[in-house]
Amino acid sequence: MLAEIGATNIEQLYKEMIPDRLRLKRPMNLPNALPSEYDLMKHVQGILSHNRTCEEFLNFLGSGCWQHYVPAVCDHVSQRSEFLTSYAGETYSDLGRYQSFFEFQSMLGELVGMDVVGIPTYDWGASAANAIRMASRISGRKQVLISRNVSPQRLAIIRNFCQQNEMPGHIKTGVLNSNLEDGTIDLDDLKTKITKETAAVYFENPSYLGTIEGRGNEVSEVAHDYGAESIVGVDPISLGVLAPPSEYGADIACGDIQPLGIHMFCGGGLGGFIACRDDEKYVVQHPSFLISITDTERAGEFGFGHCKFDRTSFVGREKGKDWTGTTAALWAIVAAVFMALMGPEGIREIGEAILQKSHYAAKRLSEVRGVSIPFNVFFKEFVVSFHAKTVQDINRELLKHNIFGGKDISSEFPEFGQSSIYSVTEMHSAQDIEKLARSLEATMK
Amino acid sequence: MSSWSELKRYHAAEWHEPIIMEMGRVGERGIIIPEVEEEIKRSIGPPNHFVPATMRRRVPPKLPQLAQPQVLRHYLRLSQQTLGMEETIDIGLGTCTMKYSPKVNEEFVRQTAHLHPLQDEATLQGVLEIMYKFGKLFLKEISGMDEFSYQPGGGSEAVFTNALIIGEYHEMNGELAERNEIITTAFSHPCDSAAPATAGFKVVTLYPDPNTGYPTLDALKAAVSKHTAGLMVTNPEDTGIFNPEIAEWTRIVHEVGGLCAYDQANANAILGVTSARDADFDMCFFNLHKTFSSPHGGEGPGCGAIGVKEELASFLPVPVVTFDGTKYHLDYNRPSSVGKIREFYGNVPVVLRAYAWAMSMGSDGLREVAEISALNNSYLDKKLLTIQGVTKPYGVKRRVDQVRYSLERLKSDTGIGTHDVNRRIVDFGLQSYFTSHAPLLVPEPFTPEPCETYSKADIDYWSSVIRKVCEEAYENPEIVRTAPHNSTISQIHETHLDDPARWAMTWRAYVRKRTESGKIKVNPP
Repeated sequence: MLAEIGATNIEQLYKEMIPDRLRLKRPMNLPNALPSEYDLMKHVQGILSHNRTCEEFLNFLGSGCWQHYVPAVCDHVSQRSEFLTSYAGETYSDLGRYQSFFEFQSMLGELVGMDVVGIPTYDWGASAANAIRMASRISGRKQVLISRNVSPQRLAIIRNFCQQNEMPGHIKTGVLNSNLEDGTIDLDDLKTKITKETAAVYFENPSYLGTIEGRGNEVSEVAHDYGAESIVGVDPISLGVLAPPSEYGADIACGDIQPLGIHMFCGGGLGGFIACRDDEKYVVQHPSFLISITDTERAGEFGFGHCKFDRTSFVGREKGKDWTGTTAALWAIVAAVFMALMGPEGIREIGEAILQKSHYAAKRLSEVRGVSIPFNVFFKEFVVSFHAKTVQDINRELLKHNIFGGKDISSEFPEFGQSSIYSVTEMHSAQDIEKLARSLEATMK
Repeated sequence: MSSWSELKRYHAAEWHEPIIMEMGRVGERGIIIPEVEEEIKRSIGPPNHFVPATMRRRVPPKLPQLAQPQVLRHYLRLSQQTLGMEETIDIGLGTCTMKYSPKVNEEFVRQTAHLHPLQDEATLQGVLEIMYKFGKLFLKEISGMDEFSYQPGGGSEAVFTNALIIGEYHEMNGELAERNEIITTAFSHPCDSAAPATAGFKVVTLYPDPNTGYPTLDALKAAVSKHTAGLMVTNPEDTGIFNPEIAEWTRIVHEVGGLCAYDQANANAILGVTSARDADFDMCFFNLHKTFSSPHGGEGPGCGAIGVKEELASFLPVPVVTFDGTKYHLDYNRPSSVGKIREFYGNVPVVLRAYAWAMSMGSDGLREVAEISALNNSYLDKKLLTIQGVTKPYGVKRRVDQVRYSLERLKSDTGIGTHDVNRRIVDFGLQSYFTSHAPLLVPEPFTPEPCETYSKADIDYWSSVIRKVCEEAYENPEIVRTAPHNSTISQIHETHLDDPARWAMTWRAYVRKRTESGKIKVNPP
């Protein structure tokens, strides 16, 4: 090959391309290589053995990444080399990938009750941030009102996407008070803060605290009265039992697809989604790849392609709608498999099971001395408040019982005192819940 | 070299799978959910009353109803109608570095499936060690940067993060209101324009000199000012041309008070050859799903690992992995941090694969990766430039990792352009190739990148297909114009994709539009 290209060695190629003073003249100082697959396996598994997993420990952590059961078929499809190792090919080579994306969009569209869904973005935080920027572009307004009970890390992501104060495109983020008795949005506060400059009202259902926003419709109505968009973040696993956001006035829906058949992967399983009305006004501002069905030269054959590709930064560069790029598309295919396996009955039953198990857990924990449950309307996650001990101490004790206690929110939400969020899914048995309650009893003594 | 007989007889799988929304039968199920025990049901009663009446789902979602084998078969068939890099010679997707990821890495990834990112640090020592060492032992030496974050979920989000760091730096100096311009180049990836724009910056794009392929120093000098916040450029650029004046660029930008961020998405053929530190950049990023072998997942999950100099480390997103000599920690207490970019701390499986791959390579191995990639690129270049109709714009002979070629001559000679050729190469079992991002400075472009994964025989085959299709363009253009012929589908009708009356991103929208406008031929199956 060297002879073919007229070079004597590869160093000569680099000499032709890269100035001498920029070239490294020594070997890199890196760890000794482990070229043998077996040696590498021993090495990496040796390191990974220092982890403790949620299979070994009983886990009650959620807060943006949840432990749901992943059907074996989901794993099988996610490991298919065709899906795992493809990338940016076109429909003619990758029809199956495009059809899977369209099916993902279609099934998620059924769950949220919306006609337009895009390819996943990175996570719920990014999807909410993108949705807010979308709303701002639609109306040209530069203010958004956000429910107090959204995840703080999600809010931090949103604020980064809303730009620093000095920037001309800065979107002001105002926070809406919530009612302490049920965690819902304080409508009076909303009516006080909303103006004709408000681009959107953003809230979540269920919220970060697990609470259900029972007056979603009224929130959306207030938003619409002021010409603002109603943006709702949802956990799609709840949508067999909770109303789809479109039914209570959402114009844009977002959320995370990780609960739909995707492992936690230490946070690597996240994937955001953005759904909206099938209205040109929304579609041209949507930042994600949107796969549309179309027909082909052959009668009866479906094809797929990118809708309004000129929206994207691949065409518009800095004029694109935010940006498009590598996100979390593999998880769209896995979520499609999951939704197809579940069907309408499965998605309802899993929602019901989560409701029953999480409420059973809350009831059982409320019997533990020194423990109280501030909200009783919730889905999957609920706040647990502790008296006389810190969450940090309690979680340290629980760890000794091989239990990962809930996410500590004592500094994020000081209004609830020493508190944490417990996540109870379809995977928790009555026995698991009993073990948690007994361990807490021992801890609280 | 290019006779038909040397090219494989190929036909893509053609299953004619219906859309899953039309499949199945009422009452079928693919999975049964875990039991809710009687004691739970007895204790708390039916589930419905836990949801306020206003928030109950009244109409079930119209998901399909299928048994497990039918779901599995459907998605296996769809997978067969997809060309992964493991199934084909994926040289065509330039800027993407379609390299092989050793299968053993998937074994490691499975061991992270049941880890929750909020677990107590003591129970995550394994993944924290991997993240720490990959930065401190590998990326630090490769890039010359000091501290790293894996939070960005892809290259564009990494550029966004670097833009936020540039913004935070100038804000701390009280200069952000004045310093609001990012300078980039036309052949840098579009994210070097789009991500800083999303962060609020005004973007100044420098266009290439027609001879050298990169902008002149004079153009840069004219662009910099007291408004310059920073420089965000790819090098080598998407043309495969390495800007040899890059150290001058960083000097000029530094002189006016800007910061410099090196987009290392195209770093595969310069690993161990030249680094961000050598060119005096302040920060950089690598796509671990490209250069460091994590599979691309059909557009992610990926990881844009960012690295910064010590002086900027305080701005990194939280948390940062630290080591006290005994234990690894997640450090959230960083007051100057840009905060959060992504929830938790990044795509751990992607970092894990990158670490395992880099460990299997070592110093000599990584340098060899670069050298073989550069050699492959020159070899493919030699092959392609003997094909009638293919030209290489800009007067730079040697290209680093890829080349943006032009089929302009083919188009003017035969009427066959790059999109026609791209449809036709699929008939020979190749993945479609990448043409170009905007702006389309190279007419009728295509951008192959023959990274170290590909053998001489692979490159010979790939170039033979291009030769064959170009020959067809001259001899029998109709076969190219009407391609594909051996693909899963025939040519799609693209006009519908931009027509609000016909586009449909969901089956429900498709059905509604088909029903609403009976006359519109959206072609029911």
